[in-house]
Amino acid sequence: MSRYLVSVLLFFVLPAAPQDSVSKQASPAPDAVRGKELYVKYTCYACHGFDGHGGAGARLVPMKMLLPVFTAYIRSPRQMPAYRAKVISDAQLGDIWAYIKSIPESPAPQKIPLLKELSQ
Amino acid sequence: MPKSKSSSVGRRGFLKGAAASAASLVVKPESVKAQQVAQRGSNSSAAIPSDAALERDLGGREGPPPSQVIEHPGSDFMVDVLKTLKIDYLGSNPGSTFESLHESLINYGNNTMPEFLTCCHEESAVAMAHGYYKIEGKPMMALLHGTVGLQHAAMAIYNAYADRVPIYMIAGNHMDASIRRPGVEWYHSAQDLALLVRDYVKWDDQPASLQHFADSAVRAYKVAMTPPMGPVLLIAHHEIQSRPNTETNLRIPKLTPTAPPQGDAAAVEEAAEWLVNAERPLIVAQRTARTPNGVKLLVELAETLQAPVENQERMNFPSHHPLAGTGGPGYQPDVTLCLEVNDVSGTARAARARAARVISVSSLDLFIKSNVQDFGRYADVDLDIGADAEATLPALIEAAKKLITPDRKRAMEARGAKLAEAHRQVRVQRVEQASYGWDSSPISLARLCGELWPLIRNEDWSLVSWQGFINSWPDRLWKFDKHYQYIGGQGAGGMGYGAPAAVGAALANRKYGRLSINIQTDGDLNYAPGVLWTAAHHRIPLLTIMHNNRGYHMEVMFVEQQASLHNRGAERAHIGTKLWDPNIDYAKMAQAYGMHGEGPISDPNDLVPALKRGIEIVKRGEPAMIDVVTQPR
Repeated sequence: MSRYLVSVLLFFVLPAAPQDSVSKQASPAPDAVRGKELYVKYTCYACHGFDGHGGAGARLVPMKMLLPVFTAYIRSPRQMPAYRAKVISDAQLGDIWAYIKSIPESPAPQKIPLLKELSQ
Repeated sequence: MPKSKSSSVGRRGFLKGAAASAASLVVKPESVKAQQVAQRGSNSSAAIPSDAALERDLGGREGPPPSQVIEHPGSDFMVDVLKTLKIDYLGSNPGSTFESLHESLINYGNNTMPEFLTCCHEESAVAMAHGYYKIEGKPMMALLHGTVGLQHAAMAIYNAYADRVPIYMIAGNHMDASIRRPGVEWYHSAQDLALLVRDYVKWDDQPASLQHFADSAVRAYKVAMTPPMGPVLLIAHHEIQSRPNTETNLRIPKLTPTAPPQGDAAAVEEAAEWLVNAERPLIVAQRTARTPNGVKLLVELAETLQAPVENQERMNFPSHHPLAGTGGPGYQPDVTLCLEVNDVSGTARAARARAARVISVSSLDLFIKSNVQDFGRYADVDLDIGADAEATLPALIEAAKKLITPDRKRAMEARGAKLAEAHRQVRVQRVEQASYGWDSSPISLARLCGELWPLIRNEDWSLVSWQGFINSWPDRLWKFDKHYQYIGGQGAGGMGYGAPAAVGAALANRKYGRLSINIQTDGDLNYAPGVLWTAAHHRIPLLTIMHNNRGYHMEVMFVEQQASLHNRGAERAHIGTKLWDPNIDYAKMAQAYGMHGEGPISDPNDLVPALKRGIEIVKRGEPAMIDVVTQPR
């Protein structure tokens, strides 16, 4: 089952997620610059790479989750450590999400001559 | 007792004079007076060591009387014995407990067979021997200094033990307490020195005579090289080394290698029957191929059965062979053959859950110790053959071939075609995965390994570092088909193995003119970086490419996980795990140890030119280091 599919299922399965997963309070708009700082501060890079392209953990770019799904997943993940609202607020997760959304995708292997050759 | 007023310069006098001279070189003019006072023996705090301090440092040692000559020390005979074992190299950090043997090796033995390699740490000496064996297939020696040197070496010995690698070790000791001099000779001696590491050496002895040494030296080699292989330790007492050899009729016994044990014929036939009749067999190979022939045999078995081979640890099976892999998605083996797999319990548990069967062929059942728990959980396999896997493969192949009917052959060929397609798809996926973060800075490990491959693929290359911390990108992108192209990992997971094992493996590769590549983790290098000097000093060609993620990355993730479990934030996970502030300058470190060093390289566009420069230097016969700042994993 792909991570994307899991995320989609979570989106439908978790409408009644814990209160801390979707803040009722008005939050500032997600900010990618703040998100980058938080991404490093909370050591997301350790598993996902400094720019979200993966490593020991999953590849985050391109970010295909909607923000509520992303937030719900971080609160109750399948594999990675969970981060609850006490640790990272919904607003902070929004910033991190915005940062990941802002990261350019990797070039396709067919556009990298070395990898194109290796794939043949 | 009053101190001697003799004008003769003994060892203490020589050192004291040297210390005074050294102090005079750095002393400032205004302190000359103080120095003069010190030289008159006052209680000044000048840099000249006191008699008491010298007593402590030297342990009360005086050199032998100048008139004494020992024409034939016992250590000369020890060298005669060692030469019969044809050990090419020994790694050592010098120590007084083996001073007589040291001198005999370099003068009487002419510093050949074995050649003395200067190491800056005993852990480096043993880990070098670990890497050396994995290429050369024969042991290297490590010469260790009493209690202190042996304890420095302990971690590397444990790695070798867990990795079933033979290392030939000799440690000095002052056994006779009645002639030990006060001080260090006591600190460096033990009643039972080998006890310090006995839990993880295969065999040890402390010979009480030269004949005893000869017998045990040959036995030690034989034991080390009999599967399951392992490190062995001889204690060479200082007094036996240094006394005149007055023993008559000394004899050096003949070394007769023990043939590795082959599996019981009936059990092998049963295994063959299960495998031939399996619908989805799987072969798991861990420490299987002891020799290049082991790779050939494993290929023959896989092709005979048309079974996929999951390669773990060392180079056992060619990475591009259509049968390399686990069979692809959905391939649930009904019979799994584990060949020298250390811990089969997980495989056995999974097999039990789906009523599948597991066969284990392993020499580990033939030798086990109690204290250290490297043997893993008890595995209730279905057929357990206590034997050396490589030695058993010919009989297993032959038995399988006899059992294959035309119907089974057709079924196997159909399976083989599916497996080849699954293998092809996995390879395509891997190349696609390599593109993720291709332009990232810090540089992705996929890009590092990917860019390196075209530069080495037409060379006779050898990867002398473990792939576990680099996401196995070489295995995913490079084409491995020779036994010496990959040496595997530490054995017991002890850090500090990587750099010295790479140097040892490169030493073994040197005489074949191979290009040795070490993708070196930063945390590992910092245990004992002095091995870089050993590589430079002994002209060992080795390209070290730093996987510089500036931390003990695995532990960052562990601390993060614990923070999550404790419902606390991970923002302090860097404490105790990161190697930054200041960043370590590995290029300067390499230069300081006498080799080419450049970097840090963070821009992927700078990578290939630097790698090319490094390769050119290594091809000239020197070590070189390229510091690459990398993504964490």
